[in-house]
Amino acid sequence: MEKKTLVMGVIGADVHAVGNKILYHAFTGAGFNCVNLGVMVSQEEYINAAIESNADAIVVSSLYGHGELDCRGMREKCNEAGLEGILLYVGGNIVVGKQVFDEVEKRFKAMGFDRVFGPGTPPETTIEALYEDLNVQPPEECEE
Amino acid sequence: MKPVLLIDFGSTYTKVTAVDVEQEALLGTASSYTTVQTDIGEGLQNALTILEQKTGKLDFAERYACSSAAGGLRMITSGLVPELTAEAARQASLGAGAKVIRVYSYELTKKDIAEIIENRPDMILLVGGTDGGNSKCILSNAKKLSQAEPICPVVIAGNRNCADECEELLENWETHVCENVMPKFNELNIEPAQREIRQIFLNRIIQAKGLSKASELISGILMPTPAAMMAAMQLLAEGTESESGIGELAAIDLGGATTDVYSIADGRPVQANTIVKGLMEPYAKRTVEGDIGMRYSIWGIVEAAGIERVSSLSGINAGRAEEMIRFLSEHTEQLPKDEEWERLDFALASLAVETAMTRHAGTLEPVYTPMGLAYSQTGKDLTGVRNIVVTGGAIIHTRRTGEIAAHSLQNPNQLGSLRPARAEFLVDRNYILAAMGLLGEYYPDTALKIMKKELVRTTR
Ligand code: B12
Repeated sequence: MEKKTLVMGVIGADVHAVGNKILYHAFTGAGFNCVNLGVMVSQEEYINAAIESNADAIVVSSLYGHGELDCRGMREKCNEAGLEGILLYVGGNIVVGKQVFDEVEKRFKAMGFDRVFGPGTPPETTIEALYEDLNVQPPEECEE
Repeated sequence: MKPVLLIDFGSTYTKVTAVDVEQEALLGTASSYTTVQTDIGEGLQNALTILEQKTGKLDFAERYACSSAAGGLRMITSGLVPELTAEAARQASLGAGAKVIRVYSYELTKKDIAEIIENRPDMILLVGGTDGGNSKCILSNAKKLSQAEPICPVVIAGNRNCADECEELLENWETHVCENVMPKFNELNIEPAQREIRQIFLNRIIQAKGLSKASELISGILMPTPAAMMAAMQLLAEGTESESGIGELAAIDLGGATTDVYSIADGRPVQANTIVKGLMEPYAKRTVEGDIGMRYSIWGIVEAAGIERVSSLSGINAGRAEEMIRFLSEHTEQLPKDEEWERLDFALASLAVETAMTRHAGTLEPVYTPMGLAYSQTGKDLTGVRNIVVTGGAIIHTRRTGEIAAHSLQNPNQLGSLRPARAEFLVDRNYILAAMGLLGEYYPDTALKIMKKELVRTTR
């Protein structure tokens, strides 16, 4: 199988680095080619990285509660940059405090995110979703 | 005695440096005015005559040359995203000693192609996409370029997966494929492209520029002058197996038209709570400030620093200073006539050095996160660099070298700039650096020892 490429990172001024590392290992192990931008990533950085690497999906993490502000306009910028139709995921603790997830999901979907994951989502759930949305099979052996 | 001759063919001067590689000593230097029209062999003969008047007749065992004549190595680069592969291409070309006349990003238009052809570059560097990444852009650019009449060699150093296709598209052009300048996202790999550029320079550009007329006199024109300077700086910093270098350094070459800055330094953050943003810059980095120079680009200094600062540093009122600057911009060969003009040149040189180093060095921005202060760094952190090499007439031929050079250091008014915090300055009083870069290709130990001996250390 030709490897699909993901661009990932933690958006905005967010410095929570641990989850990002775990996701990177999980995605790489699941057969994806990952461009990991680390923490404190701006929308432009995701987009530039996706252009150069011809990425199939952008996976945004936000953990510190300001995700909604940070993610606004991302889809429009992708379109502007010629990344029409690129898969956009977001997850982590994307809003402040405990809110009804359905509402949160609706708001992020309205912003153009294809999938929105709530707090405590295990990496496996995201990986399954990626296989499905990108139309690929898991590699035979899960380690490289 | 075993004398070796090192020649720097410039656009206005031919400089010669003679060294004795047995005694590992500098024998002498000389220079002679040359014009584009005159045969460059003639300029060389004149310079040699002057040299031998000082040293006596020398029977050179070897002769090597570098050149910035006929505009130097003029390059155009084309990449994808401006901050990423387009920047990588620019860095690669500058580091190879080129004069980068234009940097394009994204897909080229017909108008861009016409502009490229009109600019008559010596070489084009075509990049874009990480390996396995974007191929649309570089392929489109190769295709558009292929529709134009070939004018120069093209180095293809983009996404390796479409290198063959680019080469096929450009079959009527002379092409050279090499490794991607950014094989992985944000990972610079500029050395292979630089080696290729230099090889083409050696084989082809020299002849095209009519420089081969001098080639029977010399063993070879090895590289563009800025590449020789870069080689010298790298040798001085790193040393050789048997002779230690002086460690990380920066260098400033203050000219009449441009100011070049070099850094041979890692540049990574020094504090733990710092996150690097943007492209990781090369360890051996060169920048060229085309708008900062003591004569041809004198107005650029004023524009960058403001006439008020020229005035306060020189102690000359703004009106008078402007008048003097206008005169100098029209009389580019003019040296300071008296004490007042010396003060003006002091101010201009200081501000040129400050501006050029500020642009070369990285920046640090505080980020106020809820749990406290963190920093985001762009570019190289040079705060720990303790050696700054300085060269160029306006900084060498003055009693205030140290004072001028000190303007390249950090100052409390520009806290975010990652310039060296404090440093010793190494003054190239005899203009031997490019020559030592050349010599270092064959006699690295000797070149290093001579530099250590000849560069005069000074502090403020
Ligand atoms: C350690 C920590 C910190 C450390 C981070 C150190 C570092 N450099 O990593 C420090 C002390 C710096 C810190 C600071 C802050 N923190 Co904090 N921090 C935590 C803590 C305790 C653990 C985070 C962690 O590492 N978890 C372990 C990793 C493995 O889990 P994870 O990060 O959640 O990631 C997993 C999942 O979320 C998921 N995931 C992540 N991204 C994505 C994306 C997708 C698409 C999917 C599907 C899944 C997914 O997969 C990951 C792997 O399993 C959490 C509380 C908690 N227990 O989660 C608070 C927490 C995240 N912090 C919080 C806050 C508020 C802050 C501060 C604003 C506090 C303040 N007022 O100063 C600052 C913000 C600083 C900043 N600019 O980012 C809140 C966020 C609340 C919210 N969103 O409403 C939390 C939840 C604590 C709380 N309950 O209040 N923090």
